[in-house]
Amino acid sequence: MTAVLAVLEQRDGALRKVSHEVVTGARRLADGLGGEVEALVFGTGPVRGTDQLAKYGADRVITATGAAFASYAPEGFARAVAEHAQAGGYRAVLFGATGKDLAPRVAARLGVALAMDVTDVAVEGGAVTATRPVYAGKALLRVQLGGAPAILALRPNVFTPVERPRPGAAATVALDLPAGRVIVKHVKAAAAGAVDVAEAPIVISGGRGLKEPANFKLLEELARAFGGSAAVGASRAVVDAGWRPHADQVGQTGKTVSPTLYVAVGISGAIQHLAGMRTSKVIVAINKDKDAPIFKICDYGIVGDLFEIVPRLTEEIKKAVGH
Amino acid sequence: MKIAVCIKRVPDSETRVKIAPDGKSLDEAGVKFVLNPYDEFAVEEALRRKEQAGAGEVVIVCLGPAAAQETIRSALAMGADRGVLLQTDRIPADGFEVAKALAAELKDGGWDLILFGKMAIDDYNHQVGPMVAELLGLACVTAVAHLELAPGTGTAEREIEGGIEVVEFPLPAVLTTEKGLNEPRYPALKGIMAAKKKPLPTKPVALPPGGIEVLALLPPAERKDGRIVGEGPDAVAELVRLLREDAKVL
Repeated sequence: MTAVLAVLEQRDGALRKVSHEVVTGARRLADGLGGEVEALVFGTGPVRGTDQLAKYGADRVITATGAAFASYAPEGFARAVAEHAQAGGYRAVLFGATGKDLAPRVAARLGVALAMDVTDVAVEGGAVTATRPVYAGKALLRVQLGGAPAILALRPNVFTPVERPRPGAAATVALDLPAGRVIVKHVKAAAAGAVDVAEAPIVISGGRGLKEPANFKLLEELARAFGGSAAVGASRAVVDAGWRPHADQVGQTGKTVSPTLYVAVGISGAIQHLAGMRTSKVIVAINKDKDAPIFKICDYGIVGDLFEIVPRLTEEIKKAVGH
Repeated sequence: MKIAVCIKRVPDSETRVKIAPDGKSLDEAGVKFVLNPYDEFAVEEALRRKEQAGAGEVVIVCLGPAAAQETIRSALAMGADRGVLLQTDRIPADGFEVAKALAAELKDGGWDLILFGKMAIDDYNHQVGPMVAELLGLACVTAVAHLELAPGTGTAEREIEGGIEVVEFPLPAVLTTEKGLNEPRYPALKGIMAAKKKPLPTKPVALPPGGIEVLALLPPAERKDGRIVGEGPDAVAELVRLLREDAKVL
């Protein structure tokens, strides 16, 4: 019996990083519910990376192909997923909480509840339960989902992909669906090589301590030293001052991030900023004020002048990671 | 332009979260409540669109307790024409129930646009806007950071991971607003005075709990106390050693 549907996201013909995390979460639920995991991917043709999904616990991978799936089309995708979910009779349907656009539409079409931005899932007494940060991570809400199916969107970077090899089967179905009324004309890509702060495994964030916008180049150099996997974030103060784009803001009115390594440079640690990054695995703080609140939640802190410390750190990281 | 803006009353972002004795909700004692920051962009955008059109109406719709009248008044003080409070002391954790109540109020309203903030900073549900669109059968674009409107149609930019989607949609539509769309105005004293006289009827509503049962509201995992590695650039070598050998993140 298929218990859990994992709806995966691709861009430019390749699965997104969050896909393995979603399959890992789906596997965990399917084990608890006693059933199989089916992964669903949309594309105009074969999608790169689908052959890896069995390794993470997908029993079956369905690639739905159609001209409407060349780029994300909210209405067409929502209809396709909802119809597939309806027909399959799943106990749970999982998404990655990346665009945060598709899961609400599918839930509304199916007339059931959605748990957004979930950081933990379980099956307790036969029911699906989920944990999700609220108040930007100042508290965690544990909920039980009663819907059939239960719909959950998993926060990126939280579920560590676990290898759980299954024999795996693959199928392709052609879907002839209209894209809908809302059409994505094109995607303006961010600067080449730029990594989004919400997805990056390493985030280097700067605050007012940087003194002026041009000094963010110090953080960009540090990010580059990590070899392309690091993004540069910013505090609300510097975004509000127009130094950095609001898409880079980390905190309660910006992005909530959970990277492996978070480096806070010249950020004192206002409560609304701490809320947005406290679930990072390792936090490093660099600040001239030894009493700054950021030092209370960091793993490692250096007190001093960031203009001396950051360039040295960039050099040391280059040596350590070989870039 | 006839525009509805759905808003929410939420705890201020500086709030220190204290859990109520029931173990399932926020202790509201001493908490300052504000208009959800993302909803301010929605209110501002509605006012600008009405001003550009030279005619129309901006209506504020809010689901919440009696105290949310004050939140609606703050949007009226910015310049909205009237408001309506769907009054309940229990907002369910299930956003779909909220969406159904709002959709019932908005149905057949003859709106050109229905605006929401992209999310509320309390429950982080990120869902009520697109759910209302599905329930009303309207086109919807979420997290709009730039907007252009022409008769019967619009173009929006929405930020996605690693890029910006440029999206075309027909009107009427449901849009949810992202930071950066505009700079919300501060209410002037004249606006605050005028807001007191604007129509703000209250309609009692009773929402079912829906498909999400709250088991517990918990404090986040404690982080162990911070450790100062040292002072100045000479501490960097030790920091990098710790990141490699202790934290194993390099």
